[in-house]
Amino acid sequence: MTISTLLDSKSELTDSSSNKTAIVLMTRVRLARNIAGQSFPGWARPAQRDAILEKCQKAVTSISPLKRGLSLSVNELSELEKLNLVERHLISRELSGSTQGSGVIISRDQTFSVMVNEEDHLRIQVLRSGFHLRKAWNQIDELDSALEEELDFAFSPTLGYLTACPTNLGTGLRASAMMHLPALVISNQMEKVVRAVNQLGMVVRGLFGEGSDASGSIFQISNQMTLGETEEDIIKRLSSVLQSIVEHELNAREKLMESESGKLFDKLGRAYGILQNSHLLTSGEAMNLLSLIRLGVDLKMYPESCRSIIDRLFIETQPGHLQYAHKSAYDAQQRDFIRAARLRTEFLQVPKPDFTINTSDKN
Amino acid sequence: MTSPLKCDFCENPATVHLTQIVNNKVHKVDLCEACAQKKGVTDPSGFSLADLLLKASLNPEKSLSGTRCPKCSFTQADFKKSGRFGCPSCYDTFKEMLDPMLDGMHKGTTHVGKVPKVALTRKSLYDRLTKLENELSEAVKSERYEEAARFRDEINQVKQSAGVNKEVKS
Repeated sequence: MTISTLLDSKSELTDSSSNKTAIVLMTRVRLARNIAGQSFPGWARPAQRDAILEKCQKAVTSISPLKRGLSLSVNELSELEKLNLVERHLISRELSGSTQGSGVIISRDQTFSVMVNEEDHLRIQVLRSGFHLRKAWNQIDELDSALEEELDFAFSPTLGYLTACPTNLGTGLRASAMMHLPALVISNQMEKVVRAVNQLGMVVRGLFGEGSDASGSIFQISNQMTLGETEEDIIKRLSSVLQSIVEHELNAREKLMESESGKLFDKLGRAYGILQNSHLLTSGEAMNLLSLIRLGVDLKMYPESCRSIIDRLFIETQPGHLQYAHKSAYDAQQRDFIRAARLRTEFLQVPKPDFTINTSDKN
Repeated sequence: MTSPLKCDFCENPATVHLTQIVNNKVHKVDLCEACAQKKGVTDPSGFSLADLLLKASLNPEKSLSGTRCPKCSFTQADFKKSGRFGCPSCYDTFKEMLDPMLDGMHKGTTHVGKVPKVALTRKSLYDRLTKLENELSEAVKSERYEEAARFRDEINQVKQSAGVNKEVKS
Protein backbone atom coordinates (compact mmCIF):
# COMPACT_ATOMS: atom_id res chain seq x y z
CA MET A 1 0.00 0.00 0.00
CA THR A 2 1.27 3.49 -0.82
CA ILE A 3 0.31 6.98 0.27
CA SER A 4 -1.49 7.61 -3.03
CA THR A 5 -3.62 4.46 -2.75
CA LEU A 6 -4.49 5.57 0.74
CA LEU A 7 -5.45 9.09 -0.30
CA ASP A 8 -7.37 7.82 -3.34
CA SER A 9 -9.37 5.35 -1.30
CA LYS A 10 -12.46 6.13 0.71
CA SER A 11 -11.95 7.10 4.32
CA GLU A 12 -14.01 6.29 7.38
CA LEU A 13 -14.96 9.95 7.53
CA THR A 14 -16.01 10.65 3.99
CA ASP A 15 -18.00 7.58 3.09
CA SER A 16 -19.89 6.14 5.99
CA SER A 17 -22.44 8.76 6.91
CA SER A 18 -26.04 7.94 7.67
CA ASN A 19 -28.77 9.68 9.63
CA LYS A 20 -27.15 8.12 12.70
CA THR A 21 -24.32 10.61 12.25
CA ALA A 22 -26.71 13.58 12.26
CA ILE A 23 -25.18 15.53 15.12
CA VAL A 24 -22.11 13.56 16.21
CA LEU A 25 -20.09 13.37 13.00
CA MET A 26 -17.34 11.22 14.40
CA THR A 27 -15.77 9.97 17.58
CA ARG A 28 -12.11 9.61 18.27
CA VAL A 29 -10.09 8.08 21.10
CA ARG A 30 -6.36 8.41 21.54
CA LEU A 31 -3.81 7.05 24.00
CA ALA A 32 -0.42 8.60 24.76
CA ARG A 33 2.32 6.04 25.46
CA ASN A 34 6.09 6.27 25.92
CA ILE A 35 8.93 3.78 25.96
CA ALA A 36 10.42 3.21 29.43
CA GLY A 37 13.83 4.74 30.10
CA GLN A 38 13.93 6.85 26.93
CA SER A 39 13.86 10.64 26.58
CA PHE A 40 10.55 12.02 25.28
CA PRO A 41 10.61 13.00 21.58
CA GLY A 42 10.91 16.76 22.23
CA TRP A 43 14.06 16.24 24.33
CA ALA A 44 15.64 13.22 22.61
CA ARG A 45 18.68 13.55 20.35
CA PRO A 46 18.12 12.82 16.63
CA ALA A 47 19.83 9.42 16.89
CA GLN A 48 17.58 8.43 19.81
CA ARG A 49 14.50 9.54 17.89
CA ASP A 50 15.53 7.44 14.90
CA ALA A 51 16.06 4.40 17.11
CA ILE A 52 12.65 4.84 18.77
CA LEU A 53 10.99 5.28 15.39
CA GLU A 54 12.46 2.06 14.09
CA LYS A 55 11.58 0.12 17.22
CA CYS A 56 8.01 1.40 17.31
CA GLN A 57 7.40 0.91 13.59
CA LYS A 58 8.51 -2.67 13.93
CA ALA A 59 6.30 -3.32 16.96
CA VAL A 60 3.22 -1.55 15.60
CA THR A 61 3.30 -3.16 12.17
CA SER A 62 3.43 -6.61 13.79
CA ILE A 63 -0.07 -6.15 15.25
CA SER A 64 -3.13 -7.30 13.36
CA PRO A 65 -5.16 -4.18 12.44
CA LEU A 66 -1.95 -2.44 11.34
CA LYS A 67 -0.13 -5.41 9.83
CA ARG A 68 -1.36 -4.68 6.35
CA GLY A 69 -1.43 -0.94 6.88
CA LEU A 70 0.81 1.82 5.64
CA SER A 71 3.93 2.86 7.54
CA LEU A 72 5.26 6.30 6.62
CA SER A 73 8.18 8.43 7.71
CA VAL A 74 7.20 12.08 7.89
CA ASN A 75 10.31 13.30 6.09
CA GLU A 76 9.41 11.17 3.05
CA LEU A 77 6.09 12.93 2.62
CA SER A 78 5.40 16.02 0.53
CA GLU A 79 3.75 19.06 2.12
CA LEU A 80 0.57 18.30 0.19
CA GLU A 81 0.44 14.68 1.33
CA LYS A 82 0.91 15.76 4.93
CA LEU A 83 -1.85 18.36 4.61
CA ASN A 84 -4.19 15.67 3.27
CA LEU A 85 -3.45 13.39 6.22
CA VAL A 86 -4.10 16.27 8.62
CA GLU A 87 -7.41 17.03 6.92
CA ARG A 88 -8.40 13.38 7.37
CA HIS A 89 -7.43 13.58 11.05
CA LEU A 90 -4.89 10.78 10.56
CA ILE A 91 -1.91 12.87 11.70
CA SER A 92 -1.71 16.02 13.80
CA ARG A 93 -0.43 19.40 12.71
CA GLU A 94 2.42 18.95 15.16
CA LEU A 95 3.54 15.71 13.53
CA SER A 96 3.27 17.20 10.04
CA GLY A 97 5.63 19.98 11.15
CA SER A 98 8.34 17.68 12.47
CA THR A 99 11.40 17.09 10.35
CA GLN A 100 13.42 14.15 11.61
CA GLY A 101 12.62 10.75 13.07
CA SER A 102 8.82 10.89 13.08
CA GLY A 103 6.36 8.59 11.45
CA VAL A 104 2.84 7.25 11.30
CA ILE A 105 1.28 3.85 10.73
CA ILE A 106 -2.25 3.89 9.31
CA SER A 107 -4.58 0.91 8.94
CA ARG A 108 -6.03 0.16 5.50
CA ASP A 109 -9.52 1.29 6.44
CA GLN A 110 -8.06 4.46 8.01
CA THR A 111 -9.74 3.88 11.37
CA PHE A 112 -6.48 3.21 13.23
CA SER A 113 -3.45 5.44 13.18
CA VAL A 114 -0.37 5.39 15.36
CA MET A 115 1.88 8.44 15.34
CA VAL A 116 5.47 7.90 16.41
CA ASN A 117 7.57 10.69 17.97
CA GLU A 118 4.88 13.31 18.08
CA GLU A 119 4.69 14.86 21.56
CA ASP A 120 4.96 11.34 22.99
CA HIS A 121 6.70 8.30 21.56
CA LEU A 122 3.34 6.82 20.61
CA ARG A 123 0.01 8.44 19.97
CA ILE A 124 -2.46 5.68 19.24
CA GLN A 125 -5.75 6.71 17.68
CA VAL A 126 -9.03 5.09 16.73
CA LEU A 127 -11.48 7.08 14.65
CA ARG A 128 -15.07 6.11 13.87
CA SER A 129 -17.81 8.01 12.11
CA GLY A 130 -20.90 8.61 14.24
CA PHE A 131 -21.28 8.33 18.00
CA HIS A 132 -19.29 5.24 18.99
CA LEU A 133 -17.18 6.17 22.02
CA ARG A 134 -17.45 2.83 23.78
CA LYS A 135 -16.67 0.80 20.67
CA ALA A 136 -13.70 3.06 19.89
CA TRP A 137 -12.42 2.64 23.46
CA ASN A 138 -12.72 -1.15 23.31
CA GLN A 139 -10.79 -1.24 20.05
CA ILE A 140 -8.01 1.00 21.27
CA ASP A 141 -7.79 -0.89 24.56
CA GLU A 142 -7.25 -4.11 22.66
CA LEU A 143 -4.62 -2.57 20.39
CA ASP A 144 -2.82 -1.06 23.37
CA SER A 145 -2.76 -4.41 25.20
CA ALA A 146 -1.33 -6.07 22.11
CA LEU A 147 1.36 -3.39 21.84
CA GLU A 148 2.25 -3.87 25.50
CA GLU A 149 3.42 -7.40 24.65
CA GLU A 150 6.01 -5.90 22.32
CA LEU A 151 7.06 -2.70 24.10
CA ASP A 152 7.90 -1.66 27.67
CA PHE A 153 5.83 1.43 28.39
CA ALA A 154 6.90 4.10 30.87
CA PHE A 155 4.51 3.50 33.75
CA SER A 156 4.37 4.43 37.42
CA PRO A 157 2.01 2.66 39.83
CA THR A 158 0.98 6.01 41.34
CA LEU A 159 1.03 8.32 38.30
CA GLY A 160 0.05 5.83 35.61
CA TYR A 161 1.36 6.11 32.06
CA LEU A 162 4.08 8.78 32.02
CA THR A 163 3.71 11.35 29.26
CA ALA A 164 5.80 14.27 28.03
CA CYS A 165 3.18 16.75 29.19
CA PRO A 166 1.66 16.29 32.68
CA THR A 167 -1.77 17.18 31.26
CA ASN A 168 -1.89 13.71 29.65
CA LEU A 169 -0.58 11.81 32.65
CA GLY A 170 -2.34 8.74 34.07
CA THR A 171 -4.55 7.13 31.46
CA GLY A 172 -3.08 9.13 28.57
CA LEU A 173 -6.62 9.01 27.23
CA ARG A 174 -8.22 11.74 25.19
CA ALA A 175 -11.67 10.90 23.89
CA SER A 176 -13.44 13.34 21.64
CA ALA A 177 -16.44 13.82 19.43
CA MET A 178 -16.88 16.06 16.43
CA MET A 179 -20.29 17.67 16.69
CA HIS A 180 -22.33 19.63 14.17
CA LEU A 181 -24.20 22.28 16.16
CA PRO A 182 -25.64 24.82 13.72
CA ALA A 183 -28.81 25.65 15.69
CA LEU A 184 -26.85 26.39 18.87
CA VAL A 185 -24.61 28.70 16.82
CA ILE A 186 -27.50 30.44 15.03
CA SER A 187 -29.32 31.04 18.31
CA ASN A 188 -26.13 32.34 20.01
CA GLN A 189 -26.06 29.65 22.66
CA MET A 190 -22.62 28.23 21.94
CA GLU A 191 -20.84 30.44 24.45
CA LYS A 192 -23.15 29.21 27.17
CA VAL A 193 -22.57 25.60 26.12
CA VAL A 194 -18.79 26.07 26.08
CA ARG A 195 -18.87 27.48 29.59
CA ALA A 196 -21.06 24.67 30.93
CA VAL A 197 -18.90 22.03 29.26
CA ASN A 198 -15.75 23.62 30.70
CA GLN A 199 -17.20 23.45 34.18
CA LEU A 200 -17.66 19.72 33.74
CA GLY A 201 -13.94 19.38 32.99
CA MET A 202 -14.37 18.99 29.24
CA VAL A 203 -12.92 21.17 26.47
CA VAL A 204 -14.49 22.57 23.31
CA ARG A 205 -12.30 23.24 20.28
CA GLY A 206 -12.69 23.86 16.54
CA LEU A 207 -12.62 21.19 13.83
CA PHE A 208 -8.86 20.74 13.71
CA GLY A 209 -8.17 20.87 17.43
CA GLU A 210 -6.27 23.41 19.43
CA GLY A 211 -6.40 26.93 18.06
CA SER A 212 -8.57 26.10 15.03
CA ASP A 213 -11.80 27.96 14.36
CA ALA A 214 -15.25 26.48 14.41
CA SER A 215 -16.19 27.10 10.79
CA GLY A 216 -19.12 25.01 9.66
CA SER A 217 -20.47 25.01 13.23
CA ILE A 218 -18.36 21.92 13.87
CA PHE A 219 -16.91 21.57 17.34
CA GLN A 220 -14.62 19.03 18.93
CA ILE A 221 -15.50 18.17 22.52
CA SER A 222 -13.10 16.16 24.63
CA ASN A 223 -12.13 15.28 28.19
CA GLN A 224 -9.48 17.48 29.77
CA MET A 225 -8.46 15.39 32.76
CA THR A 226 -6.62 12.10 32.42
CA LEU A 227 -5.50 11.26 35.95
CA GLY A 228 -7.54 10.06 38.93
CA GLU A 229 -10.36 8.58 36.90
CA THR A 230 -10.65 5.21 35.13
CA GLU A 231 -10.89 5.05 31.36
CA GLU A 232 -14.44 3.70 31.65
CA ASP A 233 -15.50 6.65 33.81
CA ILE A 234 -13.94 9.17 31.44
CA ILE A 235 -15.82 7.61 28.52
CA LYS A 236 -19.05 7.42 30.50
CA ARG A 237 -18.85 11.04 31.65
CA LEU A 238 -17.99 12.35 28.20
CA SER A 239 -20.83 10.31 26.69
CA SER A 240 -23.38 11.85 29.01
CA VAL A 241 -22.06 15.36 28.28
CA LEU A 242 -22.28 14.68 24.53
CA GLN A 243 -25.77 13.27 24.93
CA SER A 244 -26.94 16.40 26.68
CA ILE A 245 -25.37 18.63 24.01
CA VAL A 246 -27.25 16.62 21.37
CA GLU A 247 -30.47 17.28 23.27
CA HIS A 248 -29.72 21.01 23.48
CA GLU A 249 -29.03 21.16 19.75
CA LEU A 250 -32.32 19.35 18.98
CA ASN A 251 -34.21 21.73 21.26
CA ALA A 252 -32.58 24.73 19.61
CA ARG A 253 -33.61 23.39 16.20
CA GLU A 254 -37.16 22.89 17.33
CA LYS A 255 -37.30 26.41 18.69
CA LEU A 256 -35.88 27.89 15.49
CA MET A 257 -38.50 26.04 13.47
CA GLU A 258 -41.27 27.24 15.75
CA SER A 259 -40.43 30.88 16.13
CA GLU A 260 -37.99 31.82 13.37
CA SER A 261 -38.64 29.44 10.50
CA GLY A 262 -38.75 32.35 8.04
CA LYS A 263 -35.24 33.49 8.94
CA LEU A 264 -33.98 29.92 8.96
CA PHE A 265 -35.46 29.14 5.52
CA ASP A 266 -33.88 32.32 4.19
CA LYS A 267 -30.44 31.21 5.41
CA LEU A 268 -30.85 27.72 3.98
CA GLY A 269 -32.18 29.00 0.66
CA ARG A 270 -29.35 31.50 0.27
CA ALA A 271 -26.77 28.84 1.07
CA TYR A 272 -28.21 26.69 -1.71
CA GLY A 273 -28.16 29.61 -4.14
CA ILE A 274 -24.56 30.51 -3.38
CA LEU A 275 -23.33 26.92 -3.60
CA GLN A 276 -24.99 26.55 -7.03
CA ASN A 277 -23.82 29.85 -8.45
CA SER A 278 -20.76 31.35 -6.83
CA HIS A 279 -17.33 31.51 -8.44
CA LEU A 280 -15.12 32.28 -5.45
CA LEU A 281 -15.40 30.46 -2.14
CA THR A 282 -12.94 30.31 0.74
CA SER A 283 -12.84 27.06 2.68
CA GLY A 284 -14.35 28.82 5.71
CA GLU A 285 -17.32 30.13 3.75
CA ALA A 286 -17.80 26.80 1.99
CA MET A 287 -17.86 25.02 5.37
CA ASN A 288 -20.48 27.41 6.69
CA LEU A 289 -22.70 26.98 3.62
CA LEU A 290 -22.33 23.19 3.63
CA SER A 291 -23.17 23.20 7.31
CA LEU A 292 -26.51 24.93 6.55
CA ILE A 293 -27.32 22.41 3.81
CA ARG A 294 -26.54 19.60 6.24
CA LEU A 295 -28.97 21.16 8.70
CA GLY A 296 -31.48 21.19 5.83
CA VAL A 297 -30.93 17.43 5.35
CA ASP A 298 -31.56 16.87 9.07
CA LEU A 299 -34.78 18.90 8.75
CA LYS A 300 -35.80 16.80 5.71
CA MET A 301 -35.69 19.69 3.25
CA TYR A 302 -33.25 17.68 1.16
CA PRO A 303 -33.26 13.92 0.55
CA GLU A 304 -31.23 11.84 3.02
CA SER A 305 -28.94 10.82 0.14
CA CYS A 306 -27.47 14.35 0.16
CA ARG A 307 -25.88 13.79 3.58
CA SER A 308 -22.99 11.73 2.29
CA ILE A 309 -22.29 14.32 -0.43
CA ILE A 310 -22.07 17.08 2.18
CA ASP A 311 -19.89 15.06 4.56
CA ARG A 312 -17.55 14.17 1.73
CA LEU A 313 -17.36 17.82 0.65
CA PHE A 314 -16.56 18.94 4.21
CA ILE A 315 -13.24 17.14 3.74
CA GLU A 316 -12.75 17.38 -0.02
CA THR A 317 -13.09 21.19 -0.18
CA GLN A 318 -10.25 21.60 2.34
CA PRO A 319 -7.15 23.16 0.73
CA GLY A 320 -5.09 19.95 0.75
CA HIS A 321 -7.72 17.68 -0.76
CA LEU A 322 -8.61 20.25 -3.40
CA GLN A 323 -5.02 20.50 -4.58
CA TYR A 324 -4.47 16.77 -4.36
CA ALA A 325 -7.49 16.14 -6.62
CA HIS A 326 -5.98 18.54 -9.18
CA LYS A 327 -2.50 17.07 -8.73
CA SER A 328 -0.80 20.44 -8.31
CA ALA A 329 -0.32 23.34 -5.93
CA TYR A 330 -2.45 26.46 -6.19
CA ASP A 331 -2.43 29.73 -4.28
CA ALA A 332 -5.34 30.66 -2.05
CA GLN A 333 -7.30 32.60 -4.68
CA GLN A 334 -6.92 29.93 -7.37
CA ARG A 335 -8.14 27.44 -4.79
CA ASP A 336 -11.22 29.56 -4.13
CA PHE A 337 -12.07 29.43 -7.87
CA ILE A 338 -11.53 25.68 -8.04
CA ARG A 339 -13.53 25.11 -4.87
CA ALA A 340 -16.49 27.14 -6.16
CA ALA A 341 -16.40 25.29 -9.50
CA ARG A 342 -16.34 21.95 -7.74
CA LEU A 343 -19.27 22.91 -5.51
CA ARG A 344 -21.29 24.24 -8.50
CA THR A 345 -20.88 20.87 -10.20
CA GLU A 346 -21.71 18.86 -7.08
CA PHE A 347 -24.79 20.94 -6.37
CA LEU A 348 -26.23 20.34 -9.83
CA GLN A 349 -27.35 16.96 -8.47
CA VAL A 350 -28.86 18.39 -5.29
CA PRO A 351 -32.61 19.08 -5.68
CA LYS A 352 -34.14 22.39 -4.61
CA PRO A 353 -34.92 22.57 -0.91
CA ASP A 354 -38.46 21.63 0.08
CA PHE A 355 -39.74 24.44 2.29
CA THR A 356 -43.21 22.92 2.67
CA ILE A 357 -42.14 20.53 5.40
CA ASN A 358 -44.40 20.33 8.38
CA THR A 359 -42.75 22.59 10.94
CA SER A 360 -44.25 20.68 13.87
CA ASP A 361 -42.82 17.37 12.64
CA LYS A 362 -39.98 16.40 14.93
CA ASN A 363 -37.93 13.88 13.02
CA MET B 1 -17.60 48.38 51.33
CA THR B 2 -14.56 46.18 51.00
CA SER B 3 -11.56 47.43 49.09
CA PRO B 4 -11.36 46.22 45.47
CA LEU B 5 -9.62 42.88 44.89
CA LYS B 6 -6.15 42.89 43.45
CA CYS B 7 -5.20 40.96 40.33
CA ASP B 8 -3.62 37.56 41.06
CA PHE B 9 -0.72 38.36 38.75
CA CYS B 10 -0.02 42.08 39.28
CA GLU B 11 -0.95 44.96 41.58
CA ASN B 12 -3.76 46.42 39.49
CA PRO B 13 -7.35 46.19 40.70
CA ALA B 14 -9.05 43.05 39.47
CA THR B 15 -12.02 43.52 37.17
CA VAL B 16 -12.34 40.00 35.76
CA HIS B 17 -13.51 37.39 38.24
CA LEU B 18 -13.61 33.84 37.13
CA THR B 19 -14.97 30.79 38.90
CA GLN B 20 -14.60 27.29 37.58
CA ILE B 21 -15.93 24.23 39.34
CA VAL B 22 -13.89 21.11 38.79
CA ASN B 23 -14.96 17.96 40.66
CA ASN B 24 -16.99 20.02 43.07
CA LYS B 25 -13.89 22.03 43.95
CA VAL B 26 -14.23 25.75 43.39
CA HIS B 27 -11.29 27.47 41.73
CA LYS B 28 -11.36 31.27 41.67
CA VAL B 29 -9.16 33.69 39.79
CA ASP B 30 -9.25 37.47 39.94
CA LEU B 31 -7.52 39.36 37.17
CA CYS B 32 -7.09 42.89 35.89
CA GLU B 33 -8.14 43.71 32.34
CA ALA B 34 -4.60 43.53 30.95
CA CYS B 35 -3.68 40.19 32.56
CA ALA B 36 -7.04 38.71 31.55
CA GLN B 37 -6.27 39.61 27.94
CA LYS B 38 -2.77 38.23 28.22
CA LYS B 39 -3.90 34.92 29.68
CA GLY B 40 -6.62 34.52 27.07
CA VAL B 41 -9.44 34.55 29.62
CA THR B 42 -11.55 36.74 27.35
CA ASP B 43 -11.48 34.12 24.61
CA PRO B 44 -13.91 31.45 25.79
CA SER B 45 -12.74 28.81 23.34
CA GLY B 46 -9.04 28.95 24.02
CA PHE B 47 -9.08 29.21 27.75
CA SER B 48 -8.76 26.72 30.51
CA LEU B 49 -8.40 27.49 34.16
CA ALA B 50 -6.15 24.48 34.58
CA ASP B 51 -3.52 26.09 32.37
CA LEU B 52 -3.76 29.27 34.36
CA LEU B 53 -3.46 27.47 37.68
CA LEU B 54 -0.48 25.60 36.33
CA LYS B 55 1.27 28.83 35.48
CA ALA B 56 0.34 30.40 38.82
CA SER B 57 1.69 27.44 40.79
CA LEU B 58 4.95 27.65 38.88
CA ASN B 59 5.47 31.31 39.66
CA PRO B 60 7.03 31.13 43.13
CA GLU B 61 10.59 30.00 42.47
CA LYS B 62 11.15 26.66 44.15
CA SER B 63 14.49 25.33 45.35
CA LEU B 64 14.44 23.01 42.33
CA SER B 65 15.85 25.68 40.03
CA GLY B 66 19.34 24.13 40.10
CA THR B 67 18.20 20.51 39.83
CA ARG B 68 18.98 18.44 36.78
CA CYS B 69 17.33 15.13 35.94
CA PRO B 70 20.10 12.55 36.50
CA LYS B 71 18.82 10.52 33.58
CA CYS B 72 18.39 13.17 30.87
CA SER B 73 19.84 16.48 32.27
CA PHE B 74 16.49 18.23 32.01
CA THR B 75 15.99 21.34 34.22
CA GLN B 76 13.05 23.21 35.67
CA ALA B 77 13.79 26.10 33.31
CA ASP B 78 13.39 23.72 30.37
CA PHE B 79 9.98 22.74 31.69
CA LYS B 80 8.91 26.36 31.96
CA LYS B 81 9.89 26.91 28.36
CA SER B 82 8.09 23.92 26.87
CA GLY B 83 5.58 22.72 29.46
CA ARG B 84 6.83 19.20 28.80
CA PHE B 85 9.27 16.94 30.63
CA GLY B 86 12.49 15.41 29.26
CA CYS B 87 12.04 11.75 30.14
CA PRO B 88 9.99 9.44 32.41
CA SER B 89 12.52 9.90 35.27
CA CYS B 90 11.79 13.64 35.33
CA TYR B 91 8.56 12.74 37.15
CA ASP B 92 10.69 11.63 40.12
CA THR B 93 13.22 14.44 39.83
CA PHE B 94 10.65 17.22 39.77
CA LYS B 95 8.08 15.59 42.04
CA GLU B 96 7.97 18.64 44.36
CA MET B 97 7.08 20.97 41.52
CA LEU B 98 4.66 18.49 39.98
CA ASP B 99 2.49 17.62 42.95
CA PRO B 100 0.82 21.04 43.50
CA MET B 101 0.39 21.34 39.75
CA LEU B 102 -1.44 18.02 39.37
CA ASP B 103 -3.88 19.00 42.07
CA GLY B 104 -5.51 21.67 39.97
CA MET B 105 -5.06 19.90 36.68
CA HIS B 106 -6.72 16.52 37.12
CA LYS B 107 -9.59 14.84 38.89
CA GLY B 108 -7.19 13.14 41.30
CA THR B 109 -3.47 12.77 41.83
CA THR B 110 -3.29 8.97 41.75
CA HIS B 111 -3.73 6.71 38.75
CA VAL B 112 -6.75 4.42 38.98
CA GLY B 113 -7.00 3.34 35.34
CA LYS B 114 -5.49 0.66 33.15
CA VAL B 115 -2.26 -1.06 34.19
CA PRO B 116 0.10 -2.69 31.65
CA LYS B 117 -0.04 -6.10 33.34
CA VAL B 118 1.94 -8.07 30.80
CA ALA B 119 4.74 -5.52 30.69
CA LEU B 120 4.90 -5.26 34.48
CA THR B 121 5.05 -9.04 34.93
CA ARG B 122 7.76 -9.20 32.30
CA LYS B 123 9.71 -6.46 34.04
CA SER B 124 9.46 -8.05 37.50
CA LEU B 125 10.60 -11.41 36.07
CA TYR B 126 13.48 -9.69 34.33
CA ASP B 127 14.47 -7.85 37.52
CA ARG B 128 14.35 -11.07 39.51
CA LEU B 129 16.48 -12.90 36.96
CA THR B 130 19.08 -10.13 36.91
CA LYS B 131 19.25 -10.21 40.70
CA LEU B 132 19.62 -14.00 40.80
CA GLU B 133 22.28 -13.99 38.10
CA ASN B 134 24.30 -11.41 40.05
CA GLU B 135 23.98 -13.50 43.19
CA LEU B 136 25.03 -16.61 41.29
CA SER B 137 28.20 -15.04 39.95
CA GLU B 138 28.99 -13.61 43.41
CA ALA B 139 28.59 -17.05 44.94
CA VAL B 140 30.79 -18.68 42.31
CA LYS B 141 33.45 -16.00 42.81
CA SER B 142 33.58 -16.62 46.56
CA GLU B 143 33.46 -20.38 46.02
CA ARG B 144 30.14 -20.90 47.80
CA TYR B 145 29.20 -23.71 45.48
CA GLU B 146 26.24 -25.05 47.43
CA GLU B 147 24.56 -21.63 47.32
CA ALA B 148 25.49 -21.23 43.67
CA ALA B 149 23.72 -24.47 42.83
CA ARG B 150 20.61 -23.22 44.60
CA PHE B 151 20.68 -19.94 42.64
CA ARG B 152 21.13 -21.85 39.38
CA ASP B 153 18.10 -24.02 40.14
CA GLU B 154 16.07 -20.96 40.99
CA ILE B 155 17.09 -19.24 37.75
CA ASN B 156 16.03 -22.27 35.76
CA GLN B 157 12.76 -22.33 37.59
CA VAL B 158 12.03 -18.65 36.85
CA LYS B 159 12.99 -19.09 33.20
CA GLN B 160 10.80 -22.15 32.90
CA SER B 161 7.76 -20.51 34.47
CA ALA B 162 8.18 -17.52 32.17
CA GLY B 163 8.31 -19.88 29.20
CA VAL B 164 5.24 -21.78 30.37
CA ASN B 165 3.37 -18.49 30.79
CA LYS B 166 4.13 -17.60 27.23
CA GLU B 167 2.95 -20.95 25.93
CA VAL B 168 -0.30 -20.66 27.80
CA LYS B 169 -0.82 -17.18 26.37
CA SER B 170 -0.27 -18.00 22.72
